[in-house]
Amino acid sequence: MGGWGMGRGGRPTENTCRMKDTPLSNCERDFLLKAIEEKKRLDGRQTYDYRKMKITFGTDYGCCFVDLGKTRVMAQVSCELVAPKESRPNEGIMFFNIELSPMASPAFEQGRQSELSVKLNRQLERCLRNSKCIDTESLCVVSGETVWQIRVDIHMLNHDGNLMDAASIAAITALCHFRRPDVGIQGDEVTVYSPEERDPIPLSIYHMPISVSFSFFQQGTYLLVDPCEREERVMDGLLMIAMNKHREICSIQSSGGIMLLKEQVMRCSKIASVKVSEITELISKALENDKKARKAGERCGFAESMPQERITALKMDETPVEMTDVTDRANDIVQNTEAPPQTVPSPVVPVPGVGQIGQGLQNAWGLEEDDEEEEDVSSHEEEEEQVTKMEEEQHEKESREGYFIYFNWVHF
Amino acid sequence: MAGLELLSDQGYRLDGRKATELRKVQARMGVFAQADGSAYLEQGNTKALAVVYGPHEMRGSRSRTRHDRAVINCQYSMATFSTAERKRRPHGDRKSTEMSLHLKQTFEAAVMTQLYPRSQIDIYVKILQSDGGNYSVCVNAATLAVIDAGIPMRDYVCACTVGFVDETPLADLCYAEESGGVSSLALALLPRGGQIALLQMDARLHQDHLETLIEAAMTACKGVSKVLDEVVRQHLQEVSLLSGE
Repeated sequence: MGGWGMGRGGRPTENTCRMKDTPLSNCERDFLLKAIEEKKRLDGRQTYDYRKMKITFGTDYGCCFVDLGKTRVMAQVSCELVAPKESRPNEGIMFFNIELSPMASPAFEQGRQSELSVKLNRQLERCLRNSKCIDTESLCVVSGETVWQIRVDIHMLNHDGNLMDAASIAAITALCHFRRPDVGIQGDEVTVYSPEERDPIPLSIYHMPISVSFSFFQQGTYLLVDPCEREERVMDGLLMIAMNKHREICSIQSSGGIMLLKEQVMRCSKIASVKVSEITELISKALENDKKARKAGERCGFAESMPQERITALKMDETPVEMTDVTDRANDIVQNTEAPPQTVPSPVVPVPGVGQIGQGLQNAWGLEEDDEEEEDVSSHEEEEEQVTKMEEEQHEKESREGYFIYFNWVHF
Repeated sequence: MAGLELLSDQGYRLDGRKATELRKVQARMGVFAQADGSAYLEQGNTKALAVVYGPHEMRGSRSRTRHDRAVINCQYSMATFSTAERKRRPHGDRKSTEMSLHLKQTFEAAVMTQLYPRSQIDIYVKILQSDGGNYSVCVNAATLAVIDAGIPMRDYVCACTVGFVDETPLADLCYAEESGGVSSLALALLPRGGQIALLQMDARLHQDHLETLIEAAMTACKGVSKVLDEVVRQHLQEVSLLSGE
């Protein structure tokens, strides 16, 4: 649904066409909550199951795509030489940026920093930067003058729930995959070697923090791991725990207006440690496979990661059909079939308030109909009486067809 | 910072406190006459001012009106002179927005918003001097301001930041301790039911220590709630004395 946005001053501005996400209907919400109470999920997963995760890499080093079910996220790492911060002269700079573009979901607006975007950005920053997963001192080239600035850009390509987890996996995988150019220092001069001159060097990564999201429903009674988009809409709140495979918690963040108990948090952290070790294994395997593929000289990239076998057209040969004596055969069939049996109306005994639906059929709803069938003299007299009366009357009549009709006369 | 010992052998911290000791809390309610509720709270050297307006009609975007409850609108800001270096902070920057979101989330859990449908409650918090534990001090100040405004809450919302050094949890971190690379956990608690309204942790902490840290945070929050309770009762006494009851 497009609409004209109002700019400052009340004049409609052309470029602020906002698409609003369709609101969730009440019956859908009730259905989802009821299913969660019965421990059922929309896609048939168990409470603690993750969706199918797939990690692919782009052609350049540092480009990574993560598919979490239908949620698709892309991360790209790039680097450049800059002057360091004054407070930290011999440390490199890490910069994270998550883009929520309208491509992912009609609810996202282009350019505006919505609450969700701030939340995701800050969570990712805290998860990756504060936990010191990357050795920033190794990014220093000349202390106080030149350091590497590593920039991680994450784009949401499709939003089907749990953007945070997908983003964190994409970010850390891209950082592990990235190779920065080699630098040589001769006195004061800094030379950056291109990839052809010297092999690029990977970043030194201490550990891989992965975030796991838990969604709570019905004031914290029910818990689901990896919520999909529908489940996210009906949830009360979210708990994000970022851990690495050494069972160190890198970040915890609760959001939404839920109230947690200490036992719930402890339980979630235990589940998170199991999930994180599985995911870390998956990432390592994906990195290994990509390394092998690149060494063997295979083609790799975004185009390769799209599924190949797709039916795009269908062609069938014409089948021959006998058409010589079609009219004669049709006439035979029509003449030789039996006549349909006469339908006998079964006796219907309506009770007060029951009616047959259809024009001209009897009903007990008391609505005045134009073609009233039975017109006894007695009923006509009673009608006149009932004009003056304001109460309901039970009226029994015998019809020609032989069934009883009860009428509730209600005067308007 | 390399030479500073955050926890000495005798168990004393940088400012002479013991590991589980909170900083001195001083608070005043009803600071401003214009606002519906206001409070000023000092926790050690961190000073925060909280102001509450509401519940009143929805201002701004009418589309955000909730038909069954009140909307809580929080705004967090730091004064330019609050830190050691004077820093001009633009209003919409990420850290302030994140803090505002966290405050909003905390109070949405605690305030009984169902009593005021279609209305809005504004909570504005400003840090006048920042010496660690910004979020916790804001929450404590805002609790007092909300109580001063007479808005019903389920319980006091008390917050505290705890850190983990040398296998010991330190309650109520100051700035030097926070920036020393200590794993810090900020917890907002409703003390009576032991319910956690907000849990936030940065920096690495081994999973086995999590329970100890949360326990320490809850104990510290309960300590803060006792102090806040004292402050509220004192304020009520003063006010009732003045109005001659």
